[in-house]
Amino acid sequence: MMNDAINLIRELEDMGRNPKISILKTMKETGKKAVGCFPIYTPEELVYAAGMLPVGMWGGQTSGTLSDRYLQGFCCSIMKANTEQALLGQYDFLSAVIVTAYCDTLKCVIENWKIASPQLNVVPIVYPQNRKTPSGKMYMKDEFLRIKKELERIAGNVIAEQDLLESVDLYDEYRCIMQEFTDTVQDYPDLLKAKTRHLIIKAAYFMDKKIYNEKVSKLILELRKLPPENSRKRKRIILSGFISEPDGLLDIMTDNDMYVVADDLAHESRQFRTIAAKTGSPLDRMIERIALQDGCAFLFDEKKSRGRMLTAMKEKYRADGIIFCQLKFCDPEEFDYPIIKKDLEAAGVASLYIEIEQQMDSLEQLRTRIQSFGEVLA
Amino acid sequence: MEHQKTSKQLLGELLDKHYADALQAKADGKPVAWSTSIAPQELLETMGIHVVYPENHAAAIGARKHAQEFINHSEGKGYSVDICSYARVNLAYMDIQQCEAANIPLPDLIFCCNNICNTVIKWYENIARELNVPMIFFDLPFNHAYEVSDQNVRYIKAQILEAIIRLEEITGQKFDYDRFGEVMRISSETSLWWKNASLLACAKPSPLNGFELFNYMATIVCMRGTKEGLELFKLWHDELKEKSERGIGPWKDAEEKYRVMWDGIACWPYLGDTYKVLKKYGINMVTSTYPDSWYIVYDENDLDGMARAYSSNYVNRNLDFGTDNIVNIVKDFRLDGIIYHSNRSCKLMDFRQFEVQRRVEEATGVPSVIFDGDQTDPRAFSLAQFETRIQALVEMMEARKKEWGVS
Ligand code: SF4
Ligand code: SF4
Repeated sequence: MMNDAINLIRELEDMGRNPKISILKTMKETGKKAVGCFPIYTPEELVYAAGMLPVGMWGGQTSGTLSDRYLQGFCCSIMKANTEQALLGQYDFLSAVIVTAYCDTLKCVIENWKIASPQLNVVPIVYPQNRKTPSGKMYMKDEFLRIKKELERIAGNVIAEQDLLESVDLYDEYRCIMQEFTDTVQDYPDLLKAKTRHLIIKAAYFMDKKIYNEKVSKLILELRKLPPENSRKRKRIILSGFISEPDGLLDIMTDNDMYVVADDLAHESRQFRTIAAKTGSPLDRMIERIALQDGCAFLFDEKKSRGRMLTAMKEKYRADGIIFCQLKFCDPEEFDYPIIKKDLEAAGVASLYIEIEQQMDSLEQLRTRIQSFGEVLA
Repeated sequence: MEHQKTSKQLLGELLDKHYADALQAKADGKPVAWSTSIAPQELLETMGIHVVYPENHAAAIGARKHAQEFINHSEGKGYSVDICSYARVNLAYMDIQQCEAANIPLPDLIFCCNNICNTVIKWYENIARELNVPMIFFDLPFNHAYEVSDQNVRYIKAQILEAIIRLEEITGQKFDYDRFGEVMRISSETSLWWKNASLLACAKPSPLNGFELFNYMATIVCMRGTKEGLELFKLWHDELKEKSERGIGPWKDAEEKYRVMWDGIACWPYLGDTYKVLKKYGINMVTSTYPDSWYIVYDENDLDGMARAYSSNYVNRNLDFGTDNIVNIVKDFRLDGIIYHSNRSCKLMDFRQFEVQRRVEEATGVPSVIFDGDQTDPRAFSLAQFETRIQALVEMMEARKKEWGVS
């Protein structure tokens, strides 16, 4: 029983740890072409319905300087890493790359990539920011239909309505399972340490969603057979921000007796925390999900609800504190933070702000800050 | 006979009046809006809503060397040093509400258009939240294809119509479509005269010292929809035309030796310093990317045209368009060189600059330099580096003149 759970955990961790190897393995197993999907949201459902694999492109561990040809030093580390890898030809096995335009950096990346890496078949997509209004929804539909055509051309076949319906259902199922998974984590602070939790969630970006869903469902089932672990000594943490990398950041939290009971990371829960009702066409459901996705730095939110959302999360998960992982140079997140800070302070929620880059030479400063935060919470 | 004012006098008076009127409107209990610099102000003008422009105001604060205290305040509130310095200045002004450079009333309404960048979405979202005022937001999708697509035009037009309904709800007044037509006509005409005036700098020597563009920019932002604005730009045009016909160059005490364009925003805290360095070497900055940014021209009552015009500014267009734009400027203005401002504040302008520079150089052979700066944060600019880069540019321009006999 315990072994089944552990084996599944190890398997998923491995898939999350080695993006390229995992993708190539999945491609081999499924015989599918792969399409790269940039942060934050892409119409992955369309890629899947076209019989291809949507795979995540959220930076990586690189240290080269090729990207300096296109980007100044004050560009975020995610886009520097992506561009570096593109220029190295690391992505040439992809059939296309969907590049989004949520921030100003991404708009420029679309343009540079079309020139620098024409072989990657860049498919730009611009989501509406007025996503709740009739005009925004109309535009989103136009945009999804345009991408659908592009994907059909790349896949060499037409996306049937039934395939799209199944794909949207599969993604809803994925989101449901992941909500259940992240809720389960709180009962197993030893088995599902911060890093393990992160890698399991991350594995979804490199696997066929159908297979991934089966594995995670099975894992939840196996976990539920085990008695909840004693977590009294540990501090219950919520993570907010873009991503919880560099490698090593989460281990520092574990070293300081912290474990992640919930998150608001763009790279993790924002991918699955919102599910639209099963009404209307598959495209309508995809549109509705984006319309409902609030508290995200990358989607216009007139109510600016993220701070209040985090306060509510703190109650719901009985968290001891919130760590805001600010990815350096990611300006949409940088703009959200002062308002969040104000909201959290008003509600008396303990929080820590740390600035991170995906590749960092030294984590010592972070270690000291996280340690002192742990002491404050104790 | 009354002595006729020069456009420069008029410019100063109009700007003073612009701020005074807004403060008065607020004192009288009338609604005031804060708007981004290239937004469909036609709707607000039609409704008679006073509007001020945080970017203009932040630039004025920067030019009067007051930016640092505001920047410190914002950073103290948790704003990162890496975000746009206009936002850092303005978000602090929202709290402090007092500056010697100029004062503006707080808004009752936010008017935001992301054709200049997505940064403004976040910045204005924060103002709306902090002041608890409604935000009307125009989403103009980035044009990654060369032309503005019909799909985008459809979306933008629909948003203009939705905004009109929202304005009616907020003010409780009916939208006057006749007046709207008139404002549309005036706005397009003002844009035309702004562009016509700036085009006079194509003459050799240029009657225009391009740093004046930086001054007039404030009025094209805030007076585009008004008769006074229209008159100002006509007058400016006529003055420049007369100067040009008489063969007068940009300066009384120096000759225009080199003609360059400035890519990006000015360094407001160092406006005088940068100007002096250029003038010292006989460099006249004859144009910049500003003239085209406020060239928003469309037919009266043509909402599709209006939607397209607002989405057509170069920062919202793709890299091919941006390159062609500068290549044409090089030809039309007979440039000797280009100065690119790598502006720490503005990622959208920066992260295409390297490739644009390479392409423009390949297409035109005109030399260029990039310098590091910021539009309002005084800490991100070094006068010594600027001058070194300018010296390098002068050497390249000189070498090219010798080699090609270009003069
Ligand atoms: S700035 Fe943020 S949203 Fe933009 S590309 Fe970088 S990480 Fe992504
Ligand atoms: S300077 Fe750049 S980032 Fe700042 S408001 Fe202007 S366009 Fe946006």
